[in-house]
Amino acid sequence: MKFVDEYRDPAAARGLVARITDLAGDDSFKFMEVCGGHTHTIYRHGIEHVLPRSVELVHGPGCPVCVIPMGRIDDAIAVAETPGVIFTSFGDMMRVPGGHGNLLEAKARGADVRFVYSPLDALRIAMEHPDREVVFFAVGFETTAPSTAVTLLKARHDDVRNFSVFSNHVTIVPPIKAILESPDLRLDGFLGPGHVSTVIGNHPYRFVPRQYGKPLVTAGFEPLDILQSIVMLLTQIRQGRCEVENQYTRIVRDEGNPRALQLLAEVFELRPHFEWRGLGFISQSALKLRADFAPWDAELRYAVPNVRVADPKACQCGEVLKGVIKPWECKVFGTACTPETPIGTCMVSSEGACAAYYNFGRLHREAAVTLGRASA
Amino acid sequence: MCLGIPGQIVELLDGDEQLARVEVTGVRRTVNVGLLEDEVVGIGDWVLIHVGFAMSKIDEDEASAALSSLRMMGQGYDDEIEALLASRVEARESAARTGSG
Repeated sequence: MKFVDEYRDPAAARGLVARITDLAGDDSFKFMEVCGGHTHTIYRHGIEHVLPRSVELVHGPGCPVCVIPMGRIDDAIAVAETPGVIFTSFGDMMRVPGGHGNLLEAKARGADVRFVYSPLDALRIAMEHPDREVVFFAVGFETTAPSTAVTLLKARHDDVRNFSVFSNHVTIVPPIKAILESPDLRLDGFLGPGHVSTVIGNHPYRFVPRQYGKPLVTAGFEPLDILQSIVMLLTQIRQGRCEVENQYTRIVRDEGNPRALQLLAEVFELRPHFEWRGLGFISQSALKLRADFAPWDAELRYAVPNVRVADPKACQCGEVLKGVIKPWECKVFGTACTPETPIGTCMVSSEGACAAYYNFGRLHREAAVTLGRASA
Repeated sequence: MCLGIPGQIVELLDGDEQLARVEVTGVRRTVNVGLLEDEVVGIGDWVLIHVGFAMSKIDEDEASAALSSLRMMGQGYDDEIEALLASRVEARESAARTGSG
């Protein structure tokens, strides 16, 4: 059976599912996976179908493409359409719709928009085109922000003056807090993000058990990691413990990556507030360049409209990002909103919950039910 | 962007830019290893690469697991690999070494 093979160790998967079923007993539990990478694994491997009905996973705000509000895309397009500018962006961002189309459409209208894999590629383009102004559209959580920091330090070191960064870097802890404060959702715990935690470590999550009484387990990205993390959450609950635990010890250290954190602190500071798609304004949740880096700050160098744009009425990305609804419960899911013609951000990124469900969610259902329920 | 791609270090490049050559799916690319400073890396080590930077040292099992998971992503993986291979993070040529630093 293809589905079982994909777990790499089907016997271990069955064992973990049986353990989850035992631990859950007759109670029901709702856990949030914060990270888009986890959402992808969950749908790709049909994990929601192998779990007992008493354990539900809901998606969180950990997809950096998904949380960028429409107004910031419009700002990006305004910069991209400034004469003389070469605007560089990760491929993921090119099709994210703003209030006035997306970056690909701006490119079709004549803007010089190029996609890059790394901020260092953007810097290199600047060094090769000294007569042009090159702007890098920086997005991402603490996983990618250190890369932007290194690039900015290099730009300063090499005195590359025709390069700047439009920073949309965000931080993971404030949205988790916002979700815990939200009255919409009753959660029993969190699967903590894997890659972000390689940078920030596990300590920043301690407020989750301490202030909110919810356990959090930092989880890896293999299907077995997800299942193991659910076992760890349920075990804590059954033993009356409530802590931050680390399932992804292969990669995540409790103290994170001090070097990366130091670089972040050197280059960036927290914005007083930043708008998140679906979550609204969250204080101290995003990174801007420090004053030392003003010559490389695109927000200071260009006329950024900075206009707030409300999400389209039909789009329910906000509720998907808070885990209030599942992708398929959105009114436009799979009809007006598809990966080819996305209305909302969650349908754009391969790590967005809607795109992941659209691409994979309907696979494996039968096989998954066979595996999961057989051991239930 | 958030996908970590596993690569194996085949050469540590000289110079102050902390670059290394890594082999990713049979192709060699240059990545920055400066964010791993607290961990010693050497030739043959596996690393997880995000947007041109090695962010974590991993073992070979983890690398092979990550790679097989990525392959199952289909288009998302193809796009990421294609982007990585198009990346031109390279050591500075001496001609470009005119900075003020």
